[in-house]
Amino acid sequence: MTGVELQSLPDRMEIAVRVNGRTVRRVVEPRLLLGDFLRQEAGVSGTHFGCEHGVCGACTVLVDGVAVRSCLMFAVQADGCDVRTVEGLEGDPVMQALQERFREYHALQCGYCTPGMLISAYELLLRGEARDERSVREGLSGNLCRCTGYSGIVKAVLAAARSGQAVAPPNGERGG
Amino acid sequence: MKPAPFRFSRPEAAEEAVDVLRQHGWEAKVVAGGQSLVPLLNMRLTTPSVLVDINRVRDLDRITTTGGWLEFGALVRQRRLEDDPRVVAGCPLLAEAARWIGHPATRNRGTVVGSIVHADPAAELPLLLVTLGGELVARGPGGMRTIPAEELYLTMLTTSLAPDELAVAVRFPLMAPGTLYAFEEFAHRHGDFALVAVAVVLRPGADGRLAEARIGIGGAAEVPYRAREAEGALLASDAVDKAIDEAARLAAEQAQPPDDVHASREYRRHLVRVLTRRALYKALAGVSQDV
Repeated sequence: MTGVELQSLPDRMEIAVRVNGRTVRRVVEPRLLLGDFLRQEAGVSGTHFGCEHGVCGACTVLVDGVAVRSCLMFAVQADGCDVRTVEGLEGDPVMQALQERFREYHALQCGYCTPGMLISAYELLLRGEARDERSVREGLSGNLCRCTGYSGIVKAVLAAARSGQAVAPPNGERGG
Repeated sequence: MKPAPFRFSRPEAAEEAVDVLRQHGWEAKVVAGGQSLVPLLNMRLTTPSVLVDINRVRDLDRITTTGGWLEFGALVRQRRLEDDPRVVAGCPLLAEAARWIGHPATRNRGTVVGSIVHADPAAELPLLLVTLGGELVARGPGGMRTIPAEELYLTMLTTSLAPDELAVAVRFPLMAPGTLYAFEEFAHRHGDFALVAVAVVLRPGADGRLAEARIGIGGAAEVPYRAREAEGALLASDAVDKAIDEAARLAAEQAQPPDDVHASREYRRHLVRVLTRRALYKALAGVSQDV
């Protein structure tokens, strides 16, 4: 077994992460959070940190097609992965429908929670889980909003689900 | 809110992971889903020198049913509890409780085994392991061993795993057809850690009695536990539905819950009684929670 003394384990690694379709190659410390990599190294600042311990959901992004909290993942763990943020879903019909409904139903005010809220709602729609008010509230319970009181968000997501834009999961894959 | 520096190990085989753990002992921490560990790292509540990322270790992502057990490898994500037909068919209590575990995004990444070994007193999966009588499978430098639920949890956030052991799988006994079950949880917001959670598994016997009764209580002590006196009351009764109130009363009486900023001891004790009663009624009615 090769030596695994402290000094032989890396404190810096070269990684390649595909961000919104573009490969971003950097040398990073292992402790760099994925959200910080996206904002500072990949230059996509739509993803926000609200709590940095996994409870607020503002940092939610898609990694290999599933929603994850980018404050609870290290950039080195996303080496070789496909990451999508709201910026990278521009033009996606489900995201577009969601964004239009968000505007229509006043589902944002300051906008800080919005990117994470949209990613979580996007996944809900793709999984066909935005069935009624209760399932939407439960599905979005991991995304905190301090401005809107949530009712506009819930209405927007339900409207998007009913507009027929919700589609079957891509490639038949679901979750982890 | 950023972690302290650490070295990073990314083994591709379980033996490799164990070797790193053996070399660094308590200074090394395994990360799989990271949904419980990374918050602690971000807040610097723990500062290991080495993080052992097992996400690339081979053969840890399987769900298997063999010899009466439903087994989850260490990389099986919590989300699969909701979706996988083997879970829904073989251990439906797990599938039902799954929607209470964190939030969708944390279930996408968090693992079943990870939650089991993190041993939060208010977490659902440790409660289910104790209630159902499951076991953990661990690999150490000396080989493999299984740890039954009743020997796993020592106190809050502490299991009997050695620092050089890697949890590679967890298994739950398959639930026999006709088993009655229910899960009840109370938290201030959906997805928060439970203030109290109750899991109930009842196996009907002959003439309206029960052949087996398991009542698990979570959030009311440093570890999840079975409410033995309450179970006894149900087993002793020849009209089980009439024994529910007594069982709930005994469960609350037996509880020694913590007093903290989230809830008082009295409130938690009250929740034990109410949730035990609700879970028993629901189980006996054969009604599953509507997802």
